[in-house]
Amino acid sequence: MMHDKGVKKSARGGNSIRYSTGENVFNVINILLLFAISLCMLYPMMHVIFSSLSRGALLMKHKGLLWKPEGFSLAAYKAVFRTPIIPLGYRNTLFVVIVGTALNIVMTSLGAFFVSRRDQTVSKYVMVFFLFTMFFSGGMIPAYLNVKSLGLYNSLWALVLPGLISTYNLIILRTAFQAIPESLEESAKLDGANHFQILTRIYLPLAGTVLAVLVLYYGVAHWNSWFSAMLYIQDRKLYPLQLIMREVLISNDVSQMYGAAVDVDMIAPTVQFAVIVSTTLPILFIYPFLQKYFVKGVLIGSVKE
Amino acid sequence: MNQAITGKPQRLSLPYDKLSTPRRIAVDIARSPALYIMLLPVLAYYVLFCYKPMYGAMIAFMDFVPGKPLLSNEWVAFDNFLRFFHDRNFKRVITNTLRISITQIICGFPMPIIFALLLNEVRSRKYLRAVQTLSYMPHFISLVVICGMIRQFVNSDGVITQALTALKILPSRMLSLLTYPRYFLSVYTISGIWQGMGYGSIIYLAALTSVSPDLYEAAKIDGAGRWKQTIHVTIPGILPTIVIMFILRMGSVLDVGYEKILLLYNSQTYSVADVISTFVYRMGLQQFDFSFSTAVGLFNSVINVIILVSFNTISSKLNQNTLW
Repeated sequence: MMHDKGVKKSARGGNSIRYSTGENVFNVINILLLFAISLCMLYPMMHVIFSSLSRGALLMKHKGLLWKPEGFSLAAYKAVFRTPIIPLGYRNTLFVVIVGTALNIVMTSLGAFFVSRRDQTVSKYVMVFFLFTMFFSGGMIPAYLNVKSLGLYNSLWALVLPGLISTYNLIILRTAFQAIPESLEESAKLDGANHFQILTRIYLPLAGTVLAVLVLYYGVAHWNSWFSAMLYIQDRKLYPLQLIMREVLISNDVSQMYGAAVDVDMIAPTVQFAVIVSTTLPILFIYPFLQKYFVKGVLIGSVKE
Repeated sequence: MNQAITGKPQRLSLPYDKLSTPRRIAVDIARSPALYIMLLPVLAYYVLFCYKPMYGAMIAFMDFVPGKPLLSNEWVAFDNFLRFFHDRNFKRVITNTLRISITQIICGFPMPIIFALLLNEVRSRKYLRAVQTLSYMPHFISLVVICGMIRQFVNSDGVITQALTALKILPSRMLSLLTYPRYFLSVYTISGIWQGMGYGSIIYLAALTSVSPDLYEAAKIDGAGRWKQTIHVTIPGILPTIVIMFILRMGSVLDVGYEKILLLYNSQTYSVADVISTFVYRMGLQQFDFSFSTAVGLFNSVINVIILVSFNTISSKLNQNTLW
């Protein structure tokens, strides 16, 4: 994408052309405007980080934008990690992210492999069977009753199994599979490979980039998901991070984390921010490295069949 | 593929191409059983977690008692739907859904396009990349965190409330903005733009790269400056993408996400914030009126499908930009 842009830009003017005064003014304004937009995108996160490192009392007094921590204190982070529920939340979230994403990829690959095949008469009917679920669903309540009737209620599996396949992702992978030349498969067949070997030895390695995109999509979705946990999980020991955060941030219930042992008032304002940082940092930390895959994912997803 | 059949078990008088569909399927299965065994778990998933709940949605037409076997519940035809239409919340949730959704479309839909056009005019690759990286970031932060930050910022002593008070846009001594019905829509929409604008621009940036350089050359020869080029070349060039995205967006006009609203609303703002899906949630999972809330949800999905199909039909009449 970047390369194409470069090509187009040089075609559109490049550096050799002289801009008129009006265009120069526009260039400057445009750059400043985009700078302001970037700042708006970045500042909230900076504010959260600075607040989490501040002293509670000073932070309460502070007015206006925050450009550095008010005082410096790690008390909020100590408080966060002293509570047993946050490490438990990490454990539960990691389980869902790792096991969930692994199963997502296995199932999506199996499904996409089948519907990518042009030599099976039933493929297109199976595709319709999958596609229909994108447009229509039973809804929240029947899904809830279904999970209960399958005995998954109050189990981490309830956060994994109901969303095993995203049909949208399956279509992305199918498109990638269909771009693989049939001749490769033919020669593998001559060597005596069965379909499972064709999938694992030829299709999956060749669709590596797309698989990386899907791992990211599924992984981030699992990491950020909270609503299904709110529906299906009752036991607080099984709460994933996002659901704990919902209590702390939305219901303003810091005391839930501690009991009476800690002087909650002293740190409460900074603890909320520390919780945000300690649960969002993993994503923000890996994000710049993975950004190109996300971009790629959007572009693959937009290819019209 | 039209080669002759090589599989062993078939004693066929007809070639594969002339067989009826069920027979062809049977031949396919016999030829490559491994492929179909691999399909089985996928089918099981779709049946168990997608189609079974659809079957379960028939409780919308029943007076469902939890714990009773599904089919032994009493059928009540459309009673639950009629109850919804006569419910005092009916007008409220429909109006709110439409108001929130249409505001989001009017304010939010053009933003990624404008943003992409601005990015397209940036000459420095490094600067472009930096702006892109920062602007995509909010998309990956969880909704819980986003809403937690919104709550903090629009609190009585939050940054945004303070700034707006200092600018005399808000009167002084405000409570959290989220407790006032009149600010809910703005908070909801603006934060949505903040979160989605950068990521939404990716697809338009991609479309921009596919506009032919020849067209720009031709426009330049005709004496068009950058503004004229944008109006006459760039925007027509990405119009098909805009139309497709617009159809997709309109298809979900009655589908306001419940997650963000559940995280932001409270009993003071129900009057403006309660939408169909949050109503389904509260009726179903807080008041345990399963049949009623399933009926409301079903009504919503059926309308959604109708809207999506109609928008696609309109679009295919207008031009060739269709989803299928």
